[in-house]
Amino acid sequence: MIADIGTVMSKELKEMLVFGGGKGRLGLLVLAGVFGVFLPLQVGRAWVESPAGLIYWIWVPLFLVTSVIADSFAGERERHTLETLVASRLSARAILFGKVGAAISYGWGLTLVSMFLGLITVNVAHRGAGLILYSAAAGFGAIVLSLLGAGMVAGAGVLVSLRASTVRQAQQTLSIGIMLLIFIPVFGLQSLPAEWKAYLAQTAASADLTRVVLTAAAFLAVLDYILLSAALARFRRERLAAG
Amino acid sequence: MSMIYNTAAASFVTVNLRDKIEETHKKAQTNRVKGITLVWKEAVNIGVGMTATAIRTENLTREFNKTTAVDDLSIEVPAGIVFGFLGPNGAGKTTTIRLLLGLIRPTGGRAEVLGYDVLSRADDVRSRSGALLEHPGLYERLSAADNLEYYGRIWRLPAGERRDRIKELLSHLGLWDRRSEIVGSWSAGMKKKLAVARALLHRPALLFLDEPTAGLDPVAAAALREDLATLAAREGVTVFLTTHNLDEAEKLCSLVAVIRQGRLLAIGHPDDLRARSGRLRVAVVGRGFTEEILTLLRARQEVADVGVENGRLIIDLSEEAAAAPLVSLLVRAGVEVEEVRRDKESLEEVFLTLME
Repeated sequence: MIADIGTVMSKELKEMLVFGGGKGRLGLLVLAGVFGVFLPLQVGRAWVESPAGLIYWIWVPLFLVTSVIADSFAGERERHTLETLVASRLSARAILFGKVGAAISYGWGLTLVSMFLGLITVNVAHRGAGLILYSAAAGFGAIVLSLLGAGMVAGAGVLVSLRASTVRQAQQTLSIGIMLLIFIPVFGLQSLPAEWKAYLAQTAASADLTRVVLTAAAFLAVLDYILLSAALARFRRERLAAG
Repeated sequence: MSMIYNTAAASFVTVNLRDKIEETHKKAQTNRVKGITLVWKEAVNIGVGMTATAIRTENLTREFNKTTAVDDLSIEVPAGIVFGFLGPNGAGKTTTIRLLLGLIRPTGGRAEVLGYDVLSRADDVRSRSGALLEHPGLYERLSAADNLEYYGRIWRLPAGERRDRIKELLSHLGLWDRRSEIVGSWSAGMKKKLAVARALLHRPALLFLDEPTAGLDPVAAAALREDLATLAAREGVTVFLTTHNLDEAEKLCSLVAVIRQGRLLAIGHPDDLRARSGRLRVAVVGRGFTEEILTLLRARQEVADVGVENGRLIIDLSEEAAAAPLVSLLVRAGVEVEEVRRDKESLEEVFLTLME
């Protein structure tokens, strides 16, 4: 089964990276330029040293995975390749995990590349100030939370894509979901009474970063498991074949 | 005046490809006995689950809401033949393939493919089958070689064998030189050929072809038909071919079933189906087919029907009657006869009769 997942993953990644077209490759360069060079130069040492940087590294894979996971099943259905794929010897798990794995690898991989580029940029821009590194908790948090964040969007995305009849429909549903995921907490926090906000700010400032990271990681891991289980339960050859 | 008395000449032409397939199958069988053919292929074809019957359905039924797409279908397809599943659009052909591949579940009856129950052993069925479904199912952003490479890995062909097999199939289909091209830029005919190669890549014991020439121009359709015939013969694979193209079925299939609205109307060898109608036909080319001549012929007991089509006199004989007395009658009545052709009804005519 691992070999089958690898087969599906490598084909999906090939389509995403090699055959994504010039526009797709340009988009990736822009992304790496913004998060790996431009923003680190603008923000300076805090880009690496501030724990707030974690927010970027959770957000980047959400955006990247959303852009590809919508295509996973809806795209195959739209291009009439899905029925042939489900008529092959591949198991439901191999197809599903192969597609999810490819989307996560794409989103998480590019996030790690951007993180590494940012680290180089900050160190080059502030050469002579000694080696600037992410703190252990922030670095670990960025790596783990971006992976689990990518997994969460991939799980949700594959659920949407399994049902959507077109890629556009899947992208729209996912985009609305991601927007709600970002804007509800932001506007929710803003609408809180001033004393509540002050209390939350104080709690956040005094919180132990490691504990925050571990709690968030545990929460995301559970969410990833639920979403992927739901996607697997929803994977019905009959529905996919009848397309 | 020349007179050619050609018994069933037309059907001799159309069965050529079919004969070629059957002959090669027989040869492959003999070679297997001699142990000459590939051990691998033999293992697949005669391995676990493989029986002399490739497909057996018993009262197979599939309903969608209030529509019955496949209705009480009972057929038996022997291994090693090209089986034609004929029917008009919406007859239930594609649904039957989906049922046989275990992609959808029957609402009644059962089916066994290569000895495996399609409900409980669908994975085994899919592992041993190849399919060219309604759409070619190719990844158009990938090259032809990439498409085959992907499916070669899906079917777990070892790297070396995968390379050789891709080269063998693409070379046979005349696509080897274009293997690096992106499939999206190809014509429909080339895509269908590539899809056939993909379906045969892992040397399946059974190949499902769902209207393989649909949407192709006549030249591309003929080329694909020729390729299918030679490949099916060379690979010794059982082929389940759905089509509403009677010419195609007549050329390729040694057993055909006709369905309408999911119900089986007839099954048999194309020649048997034609014979089953009990009618023989005589076509006369010449001049002088007047209304009196037609009336004269209609009065004869052995004539079931008579008419003039495209300048030819068509006489349907009601039973195995001799045509010679009728020809003599025509000549005596002053008809200038240039050619007489005696034939059974075409499969298309049988099909249309069944559809009525």
